[in-house]
Amino acid sequence: MEATVTTATEGKVWGGGNKPLNASYGKMMIWYFILSDALTFSGFLAAYGLTRFKFIDSWPIADEVFNHFPFLHGVDAPMYYVALMTFILIFSSVTMVLAVDAGHQMKKSKVAWYMFFTVIGGLIFLGSQAWEWKNFIQGTYGAVETKGGQILQFVDAGTGERLALSDFAVPGSEAKQGVNANGMSAQVEEAEHIYAVQDIVDGFNTHQNVLLRTERLDEHGHKTLLTREQSAEKLKNAVHVVEGANLIRNEYGNTQFADFFFFITGFHGFHVFTGVVLNVIIFFNVILGTYEKRKSYEMVEKVGLYWHFVDLVWVFVFTFFYLV
Amino acid sequence: MSAIATAQADDHAQDHGHHHKETFISKYVFSYDHKMISKQYLVTGIFMGIIGIMMSLLFRMQLAWPGESFAIFEVLLGKWAPEGVMDPNIYLALVTIHGTIMVFFVLTAGLSGTFSNLLIPLQIGARDMASGFMNMVSYWLFFLSCVIMVSSIFVEAGPAAAGWTIYPPLSALPQAQGGSGLGMTLWLISMAVFIASSLLGSLNYIVTVLNLRTKGMSMTRLPLTIWALFITAVIGVVSFPVLLSAALLLIFDRSFGTSFFLSDIFIQGEVLHYHGGSPVLFEHLFWFLGHPEVYIVLLPALGITSEIIATNARKPIFGYRAMVASILAIAFLSTIVWGHHMFVSGMNPFLGSVFTFTTLLIAIPSAVKAFNYITTLWKGNLQMNPAMLFSIGLVSTFITGGLTGIILGDSTLDINVHDTYFVVAHFHLVMGISAIYGFLAGVYHWFPKMFGRMLNKNLGYVHFWVTAVCAYGIFFPMHFVGMAGLPRRYYTNTNFPIFDDLMDINVVMTVFALIAGAVQVVFLYNFFYSMFYGEKAPRNPWKSNTLEWTTPVEHIHGNWPGEIPEVHRWAYDYSKTKENGEYVIAGQDYVPQTVPLQEGEEELNH
Repeated sequence: MEATVTTATEGKVWGGGNKPLNASYGKMMIWYFILSDALTFSGFLAAYGLTRFKFIDSWPIADEVFNHFPFLHGVDAPMYYVALMTFILIFSSVTMVLAVDAGHQMKKSKVAWYMFFTVIGGLIFLGSQAWEWKNFIQGTYGAVETKGGQILQFVDAGTGERLALSDFAVPGSEAKQGVNANGMSAQVEEAEHIYAVQDIVDGFNTHQNVLLRTERLDEHGHKTLLTREQSAEKLKNAVHVVEGANLIRNEYGNTQFADFFFFITGFHGFHVFTGVVLNVIIFFNVILGTYEKRKSYEMVEKVGLYWHFVDLVWVFVFTFFYLV
Repeated sequence: MSAIATAQADDHAQDHGHHHKETFISKYVFSYDHKMISKQYLVTGIFMGIIGIMMSLLFRMQLAWPGESFAIFEVLLGKWAPEGVMDPNIYLALVTIHGTIMVFFVLTAGLSGTFSNLLIPLQIGARDMASGFMNMVSYWLFFLSCVIMVSSIFVEAGPAAAGWTIYPPLSALPQAQGGSGLGMTLWLISMAVFIASSLLGSLNYIVTVLNLRTKGMSMTRLPLTIWALFITAVIGVVSFPVLLSAALLLIFDRSFGTSFFLSDIFIQGEVLHYHGGSPVLFEHLFWFLGHPEVYIVLLPALGITSEIIATNARKPIFGYRAMVASILAIAFLSTIVWGHHMFVSGMNPFLGSVFTFTTLLIAIPSAVKAFNYITTLWKGNLQMNPAMLFSIGLVSTFITGGLTGIILGDSTLDINVHDTYFVVAHFHLVMGISAIYGFLAGVYHWFPKMFGRMLNKNLGYVHFWVTAVCAYGIFFPMHFVGMAGLPRRYYTNTNFPIFDDLMDINVVMTVFALIAGAVQVVFLYNFFYSMFYGEKAPRNPWKSNTLEWTTPVEHIHGNWPGEIPEVHRWAYDYSKTKENGEYVIAGQDYVPQTVPLQEGEEELNH
């Protein structure tokens, strides 16, 4: 304690009277905000991971769910469209970097153009997400749910292909009182196309090629296919016809699958939407010359940080929901 | 060097040059000034504190005299106390809202909000917070969340009543109890707004400390208050968002039919559609916030105590760097111990042993702090003013409460006393009472800075001694009640003959609680009376070293007239002598931070 040392702070990085991290307070706030927001997403992804591991032997197979591509009806295109929209989002990050760089060089029109492209990229992504949600909510094949909450899907015994409900069943008159998968009471014109459990059972009995498969995954990671007898036995437990998806039940399998899909992609989509709004505001400010007058394009950099963060979160969402 | 010197100039250094004409609205309501925002936090916090403490008195009365009729119940609770007898539902609601208000609204926003706003700019030598606007938004979001929380008390089915931890499924299903209806919805909305407020506030505190320290104010010259408030803000930024995740998922379970936390539930013979969720998942998410929250509550109080003890012992704080390191260690450890709240939730026992290990590690930095307070006091020239008394009180309750923490942190021991009054006694002493003492110490110490007047000392003594005796009077016997097995959160214990012997001690605790509640009126009187009629405060009433006492008593926008002072030393040069044994400044036992190194003075390596 007695040693004499100099603690003069002149010129020291952390000595006070300067910016030790060489960043303005606004930029640091964005960084800390990102830290905070990242932890919110971590909370969601941890919850998702925990739930998925709980049902690791019966989780729906993402490749079978997300296999749509615009204008290619009936073509099995697993992950193609998600890959495309991910690419577009990441590309919008690239244009954002270019906008920030142009800002450093004080090139107003270049910044404006790159901001414009970034906004367009964000909008395409949001539109794509809406389309994904539409497909997800509408569903492709339909399924039935048992008393125990298990989803049973239909397969053609000959080809091994999935069967849609309409491939073998005919909507009956009883169905008119039914509710569709989305829990809403059926619209009058829609009611013609709604199945009751009995319609499915009838269709199953008249079509010998129909088999059931359960949620459970076998050792190869495929859904367990039942024999004709097992299928008939299992079908006795059916209590609901499920078409598409909502927060309560979905035709893909576990309830949690759709719950987390809607929640996390929705929460991310909300972030993208916010980012687009911010980008639009900044875009107009650029055009109006606000930053030209301020002689600093730091605001572009700040929204850029947020935009990159949103992209980064998508990389994680993409990985955990679609890829693995 | 010149580049560094000019770097700070652009943000705030020149702010003081131009004074705007201030209206009532811009000065007192939507103020950007950190000193005013701090007072807003303080008064709001005190108001919420009154509600929270009143609630505890009501349910303490029910616990001491179960099922008895009180006119006060009928007046305050109305339809919830038919004939003056407390309804069990409102008992649960009172316990829940008491916990929520005290933990979040008083000891998080009230404590951190008040002193971060007041002290950070003043003690680091800044004109104001980095962003005055965000600071203002932060306060008003807090105010909004207070309004929502208080309004939830008045909804027809009653306020949230699932405990402040709002575990599902109890909190998730409106059928489960009255309080899980609209009351719980409002609770969740209020907390979501609160989290947004806390985030905006914390971002401001962090960047202000990093970027706006005055020349010479290196990180190792910061007063410990600033270190504590800074790290508190960092913990808040890291842990509150996870509570937000939990709250949002719970909102979806409640309102939109998802089953994140719910699985296979039957109510009144009916099967609900929920499938596959896990209530333990909620506990994990909740306690990932919940445990750091304890330190968000406690660290500011510890920082305030460090400052006040050093000032009033007229001695340098003992082990400054160890104190900083302890704050950092506590902050880090606080994020990896949450499982000790879940030893009986069906968690894997091996995981339990891991959490036991990390939890017990916290004893190390906590003990470092306790010993450093004691060694700072040791042979000091103690100035026993009310702030000092409350600070010493904090050291006492921090130790007594902390020791039972070692018992509860150990999974094998915890199982025996889990969810009994032993736990209640533990956390009330170590975070409730300790943090309130820190809060009160801070109010007594910085009241002259906030309002330019002194609090009455004698009323302060009455306030401290009655509060101190009563606080131990409530919570010391509570340990034994807990060890006897009395479970917490029960409306009445008379249904179990095994607890009949504990009735008298429950009466004792309640009587102490009522006296403790009553004596707070002395404080409130002192506070509001002194605000207007107190003795005028001198510029530096406690002969303290820190920068806030170099500002004029009259508040001005920008804090210092003229240049911001430069700092030349740490904050704890009390009773420092030169080589010849004289005080560094003749006749004065303290050396403010703005005083350059004197001739014949040795710079110490602390």
